[in-house]
Amino acid sequence: MKKIINKKNIIAAAVAVGVYILITVLCSAGLLSRHYQSLLVPIGINVILAVSLNLTVGFLGELTLGHAGFMSVGAYAGCLFTLYSDLPTVIELPLAIIIGGAVAAVFGVIIGIPALRLKGDYLAIVTLAFGEIIRSVITNLDALGGAGGLKGIDKSSGFTSVYILLLITVLVSVTLVDSRHGRAITAIRDNVIAAESIGINVVFYKLLAFVSAAFFAGAAGVLYGHNLGILKPNTFDFNKSIEILVIVVLGGMGSIKGSIISAVIITLLPEVLRGLDDYRMLIYSIVLIAIMIVNNSSKLKAAKEKFIEKIRSGNTPAKEDA
Amino acid sequence: MEFLEQLINGLNLGSIYALIALGYTMVYGIAKMLNFAHGDIIMVGAYTLSVAVSTFNVNPGLSIIISMIVCAALGILTEKIAYKPLRKASPLTVLITAIGVSYFLESLALLIFGSKQRKVASVITMKPLSIGSFELTGESIVTLGVTIIIMVALTLFINKTKTGKAMLAVSEDKGAAQLMGVNVDFTISVTFAIGSALAAVAGTLFTSSYGFVGPYTGAMPGIKAFVAAVLGGIGSIPGAMLGGIILGIIESFSKAYISTQLADAIVFGVLIVVLLVRPTGLLGKKRMEKV
Repeated sequence: MKKIINKKNIIAAAVAVGVYILITVLCSAGLLSRHYQSLLVPIGINVILAVSLNLTVGFLGELTLGHAGFMSVGAYAGCLFTLYSDLPTVIELPLAIIIGGAVAAVFGVIIGIPALRLKGDYLAIVTLAFGEIIRSVITNLDALGGAGGLKGIDKSSGFTSVYILLLITVLVSVTLVDSRHGRAITAIRDNVIAAESIGINVVFYKLLAFVSAAFFAGAAGVLYGHNLGILKPNTFDFNKSIEILVIVVLGGMGSIKGSIISAVIITLLPEVLRGLDDYRMLIYSIVLIAIMIVNNSSKLKAAKEKFIEKIRSGNTPAKEDA
Repeated sequence: MEFLEQLINGLNLGSIYALIALGYTMVYGIAKMLNFAHGDIIMVGAYTLSVAVSTFNVNPGLSIIISMIVCAALGILTEKIAYKPLRKASPLTVLITAIGVSYFLESLALLIFGSKQRKVASVITMKPLSIGSFELTGESIVTLGVTIIIMVALTLFINKTKTGKAMLAVSEDKGAAQLMGVNVDFTISVTFAIGSALAAVAGTLFTSSYGFVGPYTGAMPGIKAFVAAVLGGIGSIPGAMLGGIILGIIESFSKAYISTQLADAIVFGVLIVVLLVRPTGLLGKKRMEKV
């Protein structure tokens, strides 16, 4: 039995608190410009989305292209709740997050049971199709504001609430991945047939990963809605799903740390490149292609490894001398 | 009468989807990758045509050929630069790269032509044909005719010529094909060239019917055609044709009889139902799984 209070966990907790204090101090001291302050919430939300998507894409190994669909379902459910309820914010917002997450999780089950029978690219296209169906149905429901959007939501969420949800998401994901269930999920990724033959319930664990991802996507959607005060169906289109997928792949599949870092970078990148104006997206796409090729090309990979080895072998004798 | 009109509309739209879906399916069959940038090739084709016709006053027939050549070259070029180094990488990596290429083409078009949609004059000058009270537009006749000709030609090319057979062999087993002396690189290039040229034709037909082209023109038809390819069984050429036509007819009928806004949802819904019943699409092959 592992102890909960060990060195690693204490360091992680210290980092989590430290980052929060650092950012709050920077904000209140005015060292962070208003523009960058406004980016804190989108960054946090993208981190939550990426970490949760990593559960299905990285750990379960199934490609899904409908993450934005779950986000929108959760966002609408949570925001409708706050619109029609009359509780104080302290109770209302957490309740809305739970409701949003739960509704998204229910959709995860409804979509997951049929979709997870399919494999690879077929699963990808079905989740894409579900995402698009959800979007076009929302666009056509007047009760949800239609294409104009759902307006008048309390702007009750800010960096603090996003940061708390982010910590919960990361904590749950890390715990899940490290647990017996998490090992079952990665076993399915590595070899479905082998996993099944040693008695792992493939359908259950696939659903578990899929539904957990949906839950956090929905919860992130709720915070997104409460930060902007308006929800438009078109923000949750196919491109949003792709954006999160790009974050996960760049961060490294199956790496939660990677997802966090790359979510921060990918969200900041277009803003940093803002000075370049029209060339922004062009550069972004070139960087994306270049990273993919450099990291994965078999020729370049060999060259990279040789280079690293050279540095290492160059360093070892130097150490011996010293 | 309205039924017949909608059927023709559906066939018209379906043929365009089928032409694009052929590109998806051929590339998938050979390179085992989802080429998400394929939709944007349509857009490049449409822009090329519009520039050739309205800026340089080239005659329409020749402009279509120019647009096909430009797209084919672009297809080969993207394959050589972006996809070839990744042949042994995971499918997801290649997918993200394809998305990168798609962003690249869209933002390049945005830089060159701006975000305003550009008007494209129809290159089809055929007069409408009336049968009784029923009128068949020139665009429909040409679209249907061109699609039938292309499908027949493509089927003949793949089954009768040496290059076509090489394409079949590579899609069956790349390694074995290489051992039998098939030039795999050349075959893949030819596949990308044909797929992209077909997308150029689809782009011409599409803009002839709608009259406009913008940087994101290719995105939605691209996704729909992708759905069509999966519906028919991705990797299967007759499947792409069938999937495209079915999708076009469903879309046109749901727009006419159910709801214009929900047409997309219905199209995607049909795809899901079909995949649940036949997990590899209508004409897709089942693959045995080995440990």
